[in-house]
Order: sequence, then structure tokens, then C-alpha cells
Amino acid sequence: MTPEFEQEYRRRQRARAKVTALILGALVVLFFAIAIVRM
Amino acid sequence: MSPALPAEWRDFLALTKPRVMTLVVFTALCGLLAAPVHINPVLGFTAILCTAVGAGASGALNMWYEADLDAHMKRTKGRPLPAGRMDRPSALQFGVALGVGSVLVMGLAVNLLAAAILAASILFYVLVYTVWLKRRTPQNIVIGGAAGAFPPLIGWAAATGRIDLLPVLLFLLIFLWTPPHFWALSLFVRTDYAAAGVPMLPVVAGIKTTRRHVLLYTLPMAAAAVAPWPLGLVGMIYGLTASLLTAWFVLLAVRVALSRETDQAQMKPERALFKFSILYLFVLFGALVVDRMILA
Repeated sequence: MTPEFEQEYRRRQRARAKVTALILGALVVLFFAIAIVRM
Repeated sequence: MSPALPAEWRDFLALTKPRVMTLVVFTALCGLLAAPVHINPVLGFTAILCTAVGAGASGALNMWYEADLDAHMKRTKGRPLPAGRMDRPSALQFGVALGVGSVLVMGLAVNLLAAAILAASILFYVLVYTVWLKRRTPQNIVIGGAAGAFPPLIGWAAATGRIDLLPVLLFLLIFLWTPPHFWALSLFVRTDYAAAGVPMLPVVAGIKTTRRHVLLYTLPMAAAAVAPWPLGLVGMIYGLTASLLTAWFVLLAVRVALSRETDQAQMKPERALFKFSILYLFVLFGALVVDRMILA
């Protein structure tokens, strides 16, 4: 594995982790709002 | 040997066919807003989100199954799978996760009827259209049209918990609109479909037959588009908009039917009908919402 390849590998992993975290955060807010509305 | 690079998140987004999703979101939203029942904004947002994610799941599973086909067409060979930017199992897992997640959330947060229609639309698009019929019959677009016609029905069912005549007519409208819309496109990109081996109507039955079919499907589509007005389901705003736009649609379809052009680059009536058909659906559904809100 070349340093350039590893750098690109890590960059993609980080970008995917950030997007996943954002989606999970948004889902937490949505599920909380649904729970409040349906109570 | 180095491991393969993980796919970019943008490629996962591309799998959901975002451009198709805009029409799905719009028609589902119109179905929801045209319903005679008020829905809590949070639940309404959830219903539209689930519909959009369900459509994304259909798109991802379609691209997973058709990766070999996409590689042969100019229009699709840049997609993540044929371009080699993603492996097939990732696309399959992503599509299944979106599909199951969207149906579950719809069922738990909104209602079971909306969840059932959403599940049916995903299964119909993936299994009936993509896997079963697309490569076997030149009528594939007619069948595929049914899958794209579900969103207004889902929106209405999310708001009311039932199915009425108006959303059924909206379903029929999109169902009958799809063949002239796609056949107009397939006429001026038919060499692409022929190269991929997809039995699209212009490839199998020829240009003349396809042009006749465009007009043949436009006529019942026109009836479904205008029908809500004489049936008293909508007011004058929708009625007049639908009458005028549908008349123009029919006129463009007649021009296609009468055209004798065989050079794809010169097929102006087909391009005009394809472009107008997109605008037609957006304006018609927009008019429906305005009309129903004023009526309410």
C-alpha cells in the first residue's frame, strides 16, 4: 500500500464516517420529534 | 496486493437516482397536500422522507441488478458500479437497508397502509420491472410506469389512511404518462438501448410503431388528466390548467406520430414532447395542490 493510496483510503473513510454521523444525528432528532407528536 | 478503495459517499447518493427522486418527492407531496385531511407537519415530513428513501432504495437495487447493462449505454456507463467506483455487494446492502428502513419507519410513524403501498412500489419496481420484465418485453416501460405512479397514492394514504378516487386517477395519470414520456426519449437514444440489448419498443418494433404507441397512450392519459374536473373532485384551477396543458401534450404527440424523421439527431418533435412531458407533470400536480387548497 503506497502512502498516497493510504492517504486517499483514510480520506474516504473519514468522509463516509462524517456523513453517517450526520444522518444518524438527523434520525435521532426525527425519531424524537415523531415520539413527541405521537404521544 | 492493496485492498480496493472504499466507495465515496457521493457514489452512494448517486445510487439513489436523485433526479428521479425529485419527481417522486414532488408527486408524493402533492398527493399529501391535496388530501382533505390535515396531517401533522412532522408526520407529513416523515412520510415524504420515507417515500424518497424508498425510491432511493428502488434506484440502488435497480443499479445493482443492471450494472452489466449500464456498462453498455452512454447515458449510464458513468454510474458508480459500471465505472468501477463501487462493488456490487455494497450497492445491494445499501439498497436493502434503505428499503427496509423506509418501510419500517413509515409503518411505525405514519400508518400501515402507506407503508404497505411503499413496500409494494419498491418490490414492484425491483422484482416485476427490473428483474422480470425489463429485458423480456418491449412493453417494459408500461409496467415500469406503475412503479413510478405510486407516490401520490402514498402521500394521500399517509394523510388519510385510506385510498379514494382522486389519488387513483393521479396514479392512472402517471401510469399512462410514462410510456409517451419514455418512448419519446427512447426514439432519440434508441441506438443506446439497441447496444445494451434492452428490448425497447423502437428497437424491437421500429420507429413508426413506437410513434403510433406514443399517441395511443397519450389519449387515455389525457382522459385521466382531465377526468377529476367533470367528476367534481377538483375545481376550475386544476380543470383549466389540465385541459390546456393536456391539449398541448396531445398536439405534441400528434406531431411525433406524424413525423417521418429517422435521424436521431434531427428528431425535434420527440425531444419537444420529452421536455414538455416533464414540465407537464410538475405544473399539473402544482395546479392540483393550489386548487385543492383553495377549495378547502
